[in-house]
Amino acid sequence: MSEQKVIMGNHALSYGAVTSRVQVIAAYPITPQTQVVELLSEMCADGTLDAEFIKVESEHSAMAASIGASAAGARAFTATSAQGLALMHEMLHWAVGARLPIVMGNINRSMAPPWTIWSEQTDSLSQRDTGWLQIYASSNQEVYDSVLIAYKVAENEKVSLPVMIILDAFFLSHTSENVTLIDQKDADRYLKPYNPKYRLDIKDPHTFGGLTGPDWYMELRYKIQKAMEDSIDVIKDAQKEFKEMFGREYGLVEPYRCEDADTILVTMATAASTSKQVIDELRDKGEKVGLLRIRFFRPFPYDEVRKYLKNSKKVIVLDRNLSPGAGGIVFQEVKSALYNEPVKPKIYGYIAGLGGRDITVNTIGKLFDDAKNSEPADIKWMEVKI
Amino acid sequence: MKYSIPQKELMNPGHLACQGCGGALSLRLVLKTLGENTILTFPACCWSVIDGPFPYSSVKVPLFHTAFETAAITAAGIKAGAKKVEKEYVNAVAWAGDGGTYDIGIQALSGAAERNDDIFYFVYDNEAYMNTGVQRSSATPKGAWTTTTPTTFPKAEFKKDLDAIVAAHYVPYQATASPSYPEDLTKKLEKAVKIRGFKFFHILAPCPPGWKTNPEDTIKLGKLAVESGIFPLYEIENGEKYTINMPSPKKDLKPVNEYLTKQGRFRHLKEDDVKTIQEYVNKRWEKLKRLAGV
Amino acid sequence: MKRDGKKIIFEKESDLPPNAMSLGTTEFNETGSWRNERPVVDKAKCISCGICWKYCPDMSIKEDSEGKAEIDYVFCKGCGICAAECPVKAITMIEEEK
Ligand SMILES: Cc1ncc(C[n+]2csc(CCOP(=O)(O)OP(=O)(O)O)c2C)c(N)n1
Ligand code: SF4
Ligand code: SF4
Ligand code: SF4
Ligand SMILES: [Mg+2]
Repeated sequence: MSEQKVIMGNHALSYGAVTSRVQVIAAYPITPQTQVVELLSEMCADGTLDAEFIKVESEHSAMAASIGASAAGARAFTATSAQGLALMHEMLHWAVGARLPIVMGNINRSMAPPWTIWSEQTDSLSQRDTGWLQIYASSNQEVYDSVLIAYKVAENEKVSLPVMIILDAFFLSHTSENVTLIDQKDADRYLKPYNPKYRLDIKDPHTFGGLTGPDWYMELRYKIQKAMEDSIDVIKDAQKEFKEMFGREYGLVEPYRCEDADTILVTMATAASTSKQVIDELRDKGEKVGLLRIRFFRPFPYDEVRKYLKNSKKVIVLDRNLSPGAGGIVFQEVKSALYNEPVKPKIYGYIAGLGGRDITVNTIGKLFDDAKNSEPADIKWMEVKI
Repeated sequence: MKYSIPQKELMNPGHLACQGCGGALSLRLVLKTLGENTILTFPACCWSVIDGPFPYSSVKVPLFHTAFETAAITAAGIKAGAKKVEKEYVNAVAWAGDGGTYDIGIQALSGAAERNDDIFYFVYDNEAYMNTGVQRSSATPKGAWTTTTPTTFPKAEFKKDLDAIVAAHYVPYQATASPSYPEDLTKKLEKAVKIRGFKFFHILAPCPPGWKTNPEDTIKLGKLAVESGIFPLYEIENGEKYTINMPSPKKDLKPVNEYLTKQGRFRHLKEDDVKTIQEYVNKRWEKLKRLAGV
Repeated sequence: MKRDGKKIIFEKESDLPPNAMSLGTTEFNETGSWRNERPVVDKAKCISCGICWKYCPDMSIKEDSEGKAEIDYVFCKGCGICAAECPVKAITMIEEEK
């Protein structure tokens, strides 16, 4: 029987891992991720979850342990945030090169210094080139559901890549919402045990990741890109099956009132939920506005982004992140996606909500206002006090 | 032919180690006893190259190449995964160089030792970063030349006492060993495979190009290191029970001179330097004997 | 995928394992060509003690039908350990003709 529970986003991740029957967990605490691993440790201790829990001495080791476990053929899970994710960086590449379907939760937190613990997406977006699939969630239900979807996609032989499920610090991680937990029997029908073709197998010994020169390295990279491209259909299938079994529908992107819209706001995660309210208000006033929430940032959903944006006049990208010297990271991707379209909308890049500052209905209202009355620019700052 | 150690070979010839490589011989000897139920992981080190280029390998057991600082934890991860997946008991084995152990990998090593993860950790200690062209590590002995400690300013510090650091974790079993004494190594391995928990082996692995020695002297150097007390062979159980295997605590040590003069990396040393090293070795030997209660 | 002796040849994309997994052994690499000097066993002197076999880092010493040491010149790198360690000096290193 499925079960309703009011839980915080962090616990939605933990429950997602439990429902996915993860076999090895290796994690290290960091605010605002701690509840994820606390709940999982409790569940391992009381037998709710039959998994090996390695209480590692760093995030670098959390990822290395997950890699070892996954290479041995086990389903591995970890979670982290900001400094921890940055410390893992080398091993994020390792998980990809070794083609290991690890799933990790990352609670978006701003990078220090100065010390800070509040929400911002620069931590995960600066890992965009490692080859992890990235899902940005906007509700606790989506967080929970995404864990199962993530394993199903990651473990598909066509993909064999790790997946990061990303949630905004506090706005989601510590906010309680009603979540429907899937019945284990149904979950088991959706997500089969991990059974890789090749693993560290004492009966069929192979070496993985040996010295590779210019003769083959490029082809291995080509295969990673190909797997990312192929993952689009795998994701679609996995989400279709999910809808059929559990009724909840997910896409690579989530369009909201985009049909006939002149101006479309593009953003990710919880800022999208706030935006919907603004869109409704503006629509009531007769303005043709819409929202495109990007759920999968990697693989980047080029086709969907083009499909929804190409007929609009203005695209507003709201980035809760910053690539200093360039601007908003989502903005860069969206702009490049539209570059080859014969008729292009104007694109506005806004930076807002860094370091956990609230992105309010007011903020988003101002953003539409500004775009209505100004020329586009690569970077515009919202609500900066200086 | 007389076989004093297992005949089984779990390594393939054609590997890329230099002539007379102590590190290559050491793994060959170790795998003989660990057997097929073994999964290896190598961090960055000479063995990343020795193993051979993709799609070839020189070991006959599963092997995962991992990042430089992660040998211990990768092995622990493999162990956790194998526990869930393999029906049989698996020796999860980290095989790392001194740089990957004494320096960049010491955090993960300490973590795994403290948790008493059920793995083997081997450091094949060639006393420098050989893979990158002989730079000093904290395992490089005092007085040695490396490319970052030139003969005009050779390594000033004594070698880090890693065995004492590991012992401070009270791990169930640790030992020093040498490819020059395969029977001793085999005996220790036979003991260790029966132990659940963290097992640590410190193997001194002569390296002809890095030590500037003749390849044919590899075995001799290993023996001289032991006989002169520079690298005594001993075991520690639970961080407390010390047993000296070699040299005999009852006999005088061989002077360090012969060991040092066989190696180009020590050629610049003056009489006084040798004296300092000798005094240090004597002091350490007395300490070890005290710990072993002899 | 094709094998040319011990060598592996990838012919099409699907031959290439995505995770850089080994499919063969280093035996494709005949390291005998590295040798400057070759060990030669004087079988009359050899007492079959196995010491040379034990210490060879390249697994290049085998036992012949009489239990005496025999060198595998395909892989022997000529390090000289066997000659140095043989207790009865049954192995001599002689210069390779290149
Ligand atoms: C994070 C990182 N830093 C540096 C290197 C470069 N590197 C590769 S092997 C190596 C030295 C290894 O020394 P050691 O562990 O003693 O093994 P050896 O090569 O002597 O066998 C270094 C510095 C690396 N691979 N990764
Ligand atoms: S450099 Fe030294 S340790 Fe490395 S392969 Fe050569 S002999 Fe062995
Ligand atoms: S010379 Fe070296 S490689 Fe050749 S057989 Fe003797 S010990 Fe082995
Ligand atoms: S070491 Fe010498 S005597 Fe012993 S087996 Fe080898 S060749 Fe024969
Ligand atoms: Mg070294």
